[in-house]
Amino acid sequence: MALEQVMKPSDFATEVHNDWCPGCGDFGILRTIQMALAELRMEPHRVTIVSGIGCSAKTIHYVKTYGVHTLHGRALPYATGVKLANPQLKVLCLSGDGDGLGIGGGHFVNAGRRNLDMLYVIHDNGVYGLTKGQAAPTLKLGVQTKSLAHPNINDAVNPIWLALAAGATWVGRGYSYDIKHLVSLLKQGIEHKGYAFLDVLQPCPTYNDINTKEWYGGEDRKETNNGRSLPRVYKLEDEGYDPVVHEPSQLEKKATQALEKALEWGDRIPIGVFFKSEHVPTFEERIMQRVPTYMDSPPALQSIAGPNGEPRTDLTRLIERMTFKGA
Amino acid sequence: MSPPILVNDLSWLIGGPQGSGVDSSANVFARACAAGGLNVFGKREFYSNIMGEHSYFALRAHTNLVRSHIDAVNVLATFEAETLFRHARAVTDDGAIVYDPSLAKTRLSDIPTIEKRLAADLKTYLISHGVGETLDDMLAASKQRGVALVPIPFKELLEQIADEFQVDQLSKISRVVNMLAVGASFGLLGFDFAMMRGSLEEVFRAKAKIVNMNAAGAQKAYALARSLVPDFRYRLEKVAQKEPRLFLTGSQATALGKLYGGMRFQTYYPITPASDESEFLEENEILDLNGHGLVPETGGKEKGASMLVVQTEDEIAAVTMATGAALTGARSATATSGPGFSLMMEGIGWASINEVPLVITLYQRAGPSTGMPTRHEQGDLRFALHAGHGESPRIVLASGDFEECIRDGFLAFNYAERYQMPVIHLVDKALANSYATIAPPDLSDLRIERGALALANNGYSKEDPYKRFDLGNGPVSPRALLGQEGTIFWNTGDEHDEMGHITEDPGLRNAMMEKRFAKLDLAAREIPADVKMNYFGPKDAGTVIVSWGSTKGAVLDALDRLWAEGAKIGYLHMRLINPFPVDGVRKFLAKAKRRIGLEMNFGAQLAGVVREHTGIEMTHFILKYNGRPMSNTELYDALRSVLAGKAEKRTVLTRGA
Repeated sequence: MALEQVMKPSDFATEVHNDWCPGCGDFGILRTIQMALAELRMEPHRVTIVSGIGCSAKTIHYVKTYGVHTLHGRALPYATGVKLANPQLKVLCLSGDGDGLGIGGGHFVNAGRRNLDMLYVIHDNGVYGLTKGQAAPTLKLGVQTKSLAHPNINDAVNPIWLALAAGATWVGRGYSYDIKHLVSLLKQGIEHKGYAFLDVLQPCPTYNDINTKEWYGGEDRKETNNGRSLPRVYKLEDEGYDPVVHEPSQLEKKATQALEKALEWGDRIPIGVFFKSEHVPTFEERIMQRVPTYMDSPPALQSIAGPNGEPRTDLTRLIERMTFKGA
Repeated sequence: MSPPILVNDLSWLIGGPQGSGVDSSANVFARACAAGGLNVFGKREFYSNIMGEHSYFALRAHTNLVRSHIDAVNVLATFEAETLFRHARAVTDDGAIVYDPSLAKTRLSDIPTIEKRLAADLKTYLISHGVGETLDDMLAASKQRGVALVPIPFKELLEQIADEFQVDQLSKISRVVNMLAVGASFGLLGFDFAMMRGSLEEVFRAKAKIVNMNAAGAQKAYALARSLVPDFRYRLEKVAQKEPRLFLTGSQATALGKLYGGMRFQTYYPITPASDESEFLEENEILDLNGHGLVPETGGKEKGASMLVVQTEDEIAAVTMATGAALTGARSATATSGPGFSLMMEGIGWASINEVPLVITLYQRAGPSTGMPTRHEQGDLRFALHAGHGESPRIVLASGDFEECIRDGFLAFNYAERYQMPVIHLVDKALANSYATIAPPDLSDLRIERGALALANNGYSKEDPYKRFDLGNGPVSPRALLGQEGTIFWNTGDEHDEMGHITEDPGLRNAMMEKRFAKLDLAAREIPADVKMNYFGPKDAGTVIVSWGSTKGAVLDALDRLWAEGAKIGYLHMRLINPFPVDGVRKFLAKAKRRIGLEMNFGAQLAGVVREHTGIEMTHFILKYNGRPMSNTELYDALRSVLAGKAEKRTVLTRGA
């Protein structure tokens, strides 16, 4: 389904006025989505992007593909419905951390159980931006961002741990100010066969005055000899980390390694691919065990009526089983 | 002189603890009757419990079609004490009780599952008959009235079967007692045993030993009962039915209608009584296709018609997932009951503002909250009409019998797609869990109507793009499907512009609100009169019943009796509740001096809706909310009382075990 012609990120741009705050981390995510789709030469109409509610959810209006901006916390089940009814579509799903891990936490867990072939991206900034800065599920315990009356009394959920526990078969983390790296992660997530989860660290310049661009960039800690910042974010691949479960027997080792890495925070924050396994059957494959023709004739692409509306579903055999014949 | 023999007009009841096989026994009885050409109507009552609580089936068998249950029982088939205590009083004086004589000394107080109120009531009854509180005493009280007692030594018969079939432990074949009770019933009734044998083969398909054991046991019980009461008044005889008859439950009827209507995607979260439909669909997910209307070269060639049933993590996922699927063009639905529907509100609003064709089948049960999960009520009409915040158009369609379940299941998708809005199809527990033989409905008039569709690449350009919510050409904008080339659109739960992007522009807001609601006016004009409502009885009736949903069977059966007595009474059965068919209702109610709101709820919800739209008030109400469907017996009594001018404004029906 990839196009032969070269695509530009601008081919995936709309003319809708973008109303995010200046400096918002969402801009990086938007741009990288457009770049990734262009680099993969996706046909725009074959892509559907589904989002929840919040600043992150507005992304779909700025991307020229089918865009479905849904309800708070519910992006995943909408996206699941789209993908299941037409598995030939490329489906991306976007949420914020409040959207996806707070109100939508139940769906997060259950999406992992299915391993449906799609990518789920969480714009992770620790705050509820659109409602003016309340603490969101990834904000650490005791942290007081600027609109909080008191330090955060809840502990943070670890999205990487949760995704692994739920059964995501590709788990990554990106940083919205590392564009090149994020494009690569998005492309890998899109191309992964199965359910891919990508956590994107995304500063909220308006409400999260703790985990800022400067904080991630380590501008508060300069090297003494040359005065250069020491970034907190580092890349797993730079340290020779191999996330891939090459053999099913490696599952325990690879999952454990991912969990250990995901505990790192503070002065060293890993980004990159934490875990990848293609040894788990996708939901589509599981359906095909029951319905062998599912991928060729999915629900959306079946003919249900003749030219004059004649119902094409033939219930004769089913009804025969439920009928007592006349004498 | 003994009273005349009654052939093929029977009310039979079997009961037992849940999980003991009562389901199968009722199924075998009903199928045997149906195989013998009889028509049946069966009502299932059970507790929200897996094992141990009392459940029962009340079944009527008749030469003609039966549409409802009655209060009286002619044959009560029991194999344990609780069923006998609970239902013996309902047995007619000329009826019979099949029972286990080894339980004679069981005391009422030995049965913990009988509620205190009922136990006290039974005790009073026994005292008034001057007897003690054992099962024997209950039987004695029945015998005083003339009821025939049919002792069946279940354990002895089981032992004989165990010997014959070399089963080492009786507990392994304990379920055979069910079929002994059925066999004894048929013996009493003198029904051809071959019908039961065939029915056992059907129900225990491919398990020859089980069929043979049950048949052997049933035959022994049959012979014993026949010899004990050779001249029982009630008889069942085979009838040569010329026409085939469909035997199904309301859940299955609804599923058939949806399948025929081209549904290809259904979501659900387990809930009573809605899950049965989804499970039936899942069992039948591989579909056959015909080549209707297609040229032979292409017709029927595509392989693999199938539907996908998805069990979701909750009902929020159920409604939103079905909506996502609907956006791709698949005819999609979800099925649920009250508590699940409560979780769907926001999703329904989203589907409405985004003009998504979505079908929600709502199986009502007794609420509020968990209420009585396995019991019946029509309490969700107002809820379905108003579900969700803000003002969001939807179509509400309510089915009254199995044929309507099929037709409305089909039509719901047409309306959802033609008017691009959610359709809430109201069914209820009494329909879902009842089963009956019906004449196979003629569905040849049904056509699939997909409404206005935007074709791929239909001349849209950058300058003149496809607009999903085009305001230029009437309220219904051609619908494009996700994945289609040249028709990219956006959806949002926010108010949107013509492209589907967020807007808070006051002018656009008005235009979009008006567009959405104009579709409802269109639906009101276009939906045929006979789908909106059906009127039964004399046109000039001075008394008219207004009702909806599953009361239909009981109302029509009661009316048949009243009409035979010359009563001038009519019945307006409503199916389309929203958009409300104002003119039709006005027309049918204009001349009636007495108007009876008849519903299975406390608040007379439809009567309120009628008043809201027409200003017409009911003069009488017949209501019921104890969780048990109306019997035609109690309806007949209540209606007679209204006709005689003796009824209070509000009659509350209370019968049912």
